[in-house]
Amino acid sequence: MSKKLKKTGLIFFPAFDWAISPNHPEREERLLYTQDQVFEEGLLDFPNIVEYKPDIATYADINRCHICVPNPQNLTTSSHLISAGGAITAAKKVLSGEVDNAFALVRPPGHHSMLVAHGARGFCNINIEAVMIEHIRHQFGIKRIAVVDTDCHHGDGTQDIYWNDPDVLCISIHQDGRTLYPGTGFTDDFGGPNALGATINIPLPPRTSDEGFLFVLDNVILPILEEFKPEIIINSAGQDNHYSDPITNMSFSAQGYALLNEKLAPDIAVLEGGYSIEKALPYVNVGIILAMAGLDFSQVREPDYDAQRIRQSPEITRLIEEEARNVMTLFKKKKNLKKQVTGSAAYIRREKNIYYDTDNIWEKQTETVRVCDQCGGVVMIDSAADTGKRIYAVILPNSCCPECRENGENFFARMNSSQYNHVYFQDRQRDVFIVK
Amino acid sequence: MILGIDVGGTHTDAVLVHNYQLIRKAKVLTNPANIMASLLEAAQKLISGENINNIDRIVLSTTISTNAIVQEKISRVAMVLLSGPGLSPETLDLGGDVYFARGYINHRGIPVKNVNSRQMNEISDEIARKQIRDIGIVGKFSSRNPQQEMDAAELLQNNSRHISLGHTLSGQLNFPRRIATTYLNAAIHDIYQRFVKDVQQFIEKIGADIPVYILKADGGTILIGKSMECPVQTIHSGPSAGIMGVLATARMKEDAVALDIGGTTTDISVFADGVPLLEPSGVSINGRKTLIRGLYTKSIGLGGDSVVQIEKGHLKIGPQREGPAAALGGPFPTPTDAMIVQGIVDFGDRQKALDAITPLAQKLHMTVQDAAVAIIEKMAALISDHVREIMAEINNKPVYTIHELLEGKIIEPKILYVAGGPAAVAPFIAKNLGYPYSIPEHSEVSNALGVALARTTAEVTILADTEKRELIISEEGRLQSIPRSFALADAVEVGKATLREKAAGMGARPEDIIMEVTESQEFNMVRDYYTTGKNIRVKVQIKPGLISAGAERANDV
Repeated sequence: MSKKLKKTGLIFFPAFDWAISPNHPEREERLLYTQDQVFEEGLLDFPNIVEYKPDIATYADINRCHICVPNPQNLTTSSHLISAGGAITAAKKVLSGEVDNAFALVRPPGHHSMLVAHGARGFCNINIEAVMIEHIRHQFGIKRIAVVDTDCHHGDGTQDIYWNDPDVLCISIHQDGRTLYPGTGFTDDFGGPNALGATINIPLPPRTSDEGFLFVLDNVILPILEEFKPEIIINSAGQDNHYSDPITNMSFSAQGYALLNEKLAPDIAVLEGGYSIEKALPYVNVGIILAMAGLDFSQVREPDYDAQRIRQSPEITRLIEEEARNVMTLFKKKKNLKKQVTGSAAYIRREKNIYYDTDNIWEKQTETVRVCDQCGGVVMIDSAADTGKRIYAVILPNSCCPECRENGENFFARMNSSQYNHVYFQDRQRDVFIVK
Repeated sequence: MILGIDVGGTHTDAVLVHNYQLIRKAKVLTNPANIMASLLEAAQKLISGENINNIDRIVLSTTISTNAIVQEKISRVAMVLLSGPGLSPETLDLGGDVYFARGYINHRGIPVKNVNSRQMNEISDEIARKQIRDIGIVGKFSSRNPQQEMDAAELLQNNSRHISLGHTLSGQLNFPRRIATTYLNAAIHDIYQRFVKDVQQFIEKIGADIPVYILKADGGTILIGKSMECPVQTIHSGPSAGIMGVLATARMKEDAVALDIGGTTTDISVFADGVPLLEPSGVSINGRKTLIRGLYTKSIGLGGDSVVQIEKGHLKIGPQREGPAAALGGPFPTPTDAMIVQGIVDFGDRQKALDAITPLAQKLHMTVQDAAVAIIEKMAALISDHVREIMAEINNKPVYTIHELLEGKIIEPKILYVAGGPAAVAPFIAKNLGYPYSIPEHSEVSNALGVALARTTAEVTILADTEKRELIISEEGRLQSIPRSFALADAVEVGKATLREKAAGMGARPEDIIMEVTESQEFNMVRDYYTTGKNIRVKVQIKPGLISAGAERANDV
C-alpha cells in the first residue's frame, strides 16, 4: 500500500424506481448488482470515501447549456433532474475542497444529448456533464475544463455542446463509428473554427483491450491534457467498453478501467453507459472507486476474467498506434489549421441531420458561427424537427467578446419569430436565457 | 409482573413492573468484580417469597459482552475467510489468526469457486495444532448464499470447537463488517457461556422457574438460552437500556430527541414517530464496525463535570474531565459549578463553586453570576449544535429511489427529553433548539424500566431469485426452491411467517409480534431483451418498542 490516499466523494443514485421501459437496458435493475458489490466490499466504510445525497438540478441549470424544445419541463422527469443534480453535487464537493475527487454513479446518462434537444437520443434526455459544467462555471468561475469521454459510444452530445468552445476540451475514445451507434466521432471532427483542437476524437477498432486503451491514454490523452492545462478533468465514465457488454464489441476489463482512472486522475467522474449490469458494472465500479480513492485495486477482477482470451491482436495494436500518431500530428498542427478552415469567411455554417433513436425524431439543423479570434464566436441555430417544431437560437459563448455580443444581441432583437415556434437567446457569459 | 434489572457501571437498578406501571424500585452499587452479586442484591430487594410466583419474566441488561471486548478479555479465534477477488484482504481489519481459503460466491449468490475439502482439512489441522477452539467462518456474499460457510463448517466441526458463521449474524451485505461481527461473536463466546451459567444459577438461588431475557443492542429482548449462539448481539446492552428507558418513561409517539447528560459525556438519541432509530449499517465497538443491529446513539465529550477554561478570551468546555465539580472537591470549574452558582441545582459547597468560577469571570470581565449564565448557555449551545448536526446528517442520509428522494420522511423533533444528573440545563438547550423539553419521571431508574418493558425484536432478510428459482433467508441459513411464478407478495408472506416463528422462539408473546416490512423491492431481470426472472428483496422486522400494554394487563387479570 504505497499509494497516496485521496478523499473521494461518491454520489450513488441507482434510481431503483425508474426505467425508460420495463425491458430497456436503462431500467431499474441497472445498478442493482453494482450496489451489492459496493456494499459487500464495504467501500462506504473507508474513512476516505464519503457518500452524498444528490442535489436536484433546476431548469435554469439546464437552460445554461441546452436549448430544450419547447422547454426543459417537457423534456425531463425527476430522474433526469436528479442524475444531473448528482453530477453537480460531485463537482460542488470537489470545488469546495470537501473531497479531492468525486464519482457521480448516477443514471440515466447524458452524453448523447446535444445543444438543441427535441427529445431523447441514445437513452439521454439532457447532458448531465454539460449541465454540471455550466453550473460550476457559473458558481465557481472555473474557466478551462477537460472532458475525457471513455464511454464506448462517441460522446456526440458533449462534443456538439462544446464544438465552438475553446475553453472546454472534449476528448472522446470510442469504438469506431463505422461499427457502432451513433456512427460519428472520426479523427477529423476537430472542433469549430474558433475552437480547433478542443474537440479530439480517437476511434478504436472493435476488440481493443486494456493494452490499447492504456496506450492511447499515455500517448494521446495525457500529452494533450498536459498542453491544454485544464483546471479540472471530468471522466465521462461509460463502462460499455467491457468485454462482456451486450451492445458493443470491445475487450476492456475492470482492471483496465481502474488503471485508466488511476492514470487519468479525474477530478470528477460521471457514469455514462454500460449495460453488462451483472458481469461488468459491479467490478468496474468497484475498480474505479478504489482507483479514485488511492486504494489497492490489484485484486479486483471479474469472475470470468481471462487475460489471454480478451487480448487484442497485433493487427489491432498496429491500427491503434497509427491512429494515435495521426491524432497527435493533427493536434500539433491545430494553430495553422484555422486559416485553411475559414478562408476569408466571416461566418461558417454546418448542416446536421440528427436522429433521436430513443424518441424516434428526425431533426434538420443549420448551425452558423461567427469567425472570431477573441472568443468562441456567437452561434446561431435554425432547427426543424419532424415533430413539426421549428426553432431559432442565438448563443453567446462563455467568454464572449464585445463584437460577438453586439452581433448576437442584434440578431436576437431583429429575429422575426413568426416562422418559428420559439426563438431562444442563451447568454452563457451573463447567465441570461430568454425565449420569445 | 416483570422484574427488570439494569447493570450499569456505577449502579445496578432493579424495578418491579405490574400492569405496565412501576410498583417498586431498588438501587445498589455495582461490584465490577462480581456482577452476579450485584444482580442478586438488587433482585432480592424487590422479590420475596410472596411475590415470586407472580413474576412472569426477568429481563436483564448486561455489560458482560461490551466489557469483554473493550477490556480485551476475549478468546483466541481462528478466522477462515472465503473471500475471492475484490478488495485486497490486507486492507481489512481481520482480527484473530486468519486463513484464506478457496471458495467464493458472486453478488447473485452463485458459487464461482467451491470450498476445497483438502485445503479445509489442512486448515483444520493447523487450528488444532495451535489449540484454538473458537472459529469464525466468513464468506464474501455469504448472506446471498450461506452454503459455502456451512460446507466449511462441516469440515471444521468437532466436539471441542465452537464455530460462528457469518451469515447467521446478519442478512446485510458488508464483508469487512461481517468479518468483524463474526470474529467478535467467536471471541466472546466462552465468557458469555459462563455468564449465562451464572445467571441460571442465580435463578435457581432465588428459587423460581422464570424465563430470563437479555436486552440486545437493538433495544429488544431475547431468551437467554437463545442468546448463546449470538452473544455479540448483546453488546451495547447498557446504552440501549438508556434509550428504551426514555421510551418507557416518556411514551412518546412523535419525532423526538433524547439526551442523557452524564459527568463526562452526553449521549444523544433520536426517535421517529416514537420509535428509536437504528444505526443504518450496524454498531461500532472498540473501533470495529460491525453488522450488529443496534440503536443509534452519538456520544459527545461534554458533561456536567467537563473542565471549563478560557481560551483566547472565549469559554471552552470539555472534552476532558479531571474530577468532580469544584463544589464537590474537584480541581477545576465545571458546568455543574455554574448551575450551583445560579441556584439551578442545590448540592455541594456553593462557596467552592463561586471560588472556582470567579477567576473565569474576571478574565471575561463579567460578574460571577453572568459568567455562570454564560457557561450554562455555552454548554447548551454546544449540545444544541451537535443535535442539529446529527439531525442534518440523519435527514441527508443517501436514498436510492426517486420516491424516497422526493418524498422521504424528514425527522423534525417536536420535543426534547433530558435525563441524567445535569438535566437542569434542559431549559437552556430547549430554548436554543426551539422546541419544548421534558424530564421524564422515575428517571433515576428509567434504564431498568426500559429493560423491563422492552419487547422482543428480530429481523429477517429474504432474497428470492426466480431465474435461479431459489429463495434464501440468510439469518436462518435457509435455502429453498421456489416456482418461477414466485412474486413479491409471496416473499413478504414467507418473511412474515419466518419472522413470527423466529420471534416466538426468541421468547416473544404473540401479541408483541408487531411486524413491519422495511424493504420490499422487485426487479425485472432482463437478459438480451427478454425477462428471465425476478430479483426480489424483502426485509421484515419487529421494530424496537415496548411490550403491548393491553396484553400485559390481560395476562395479569
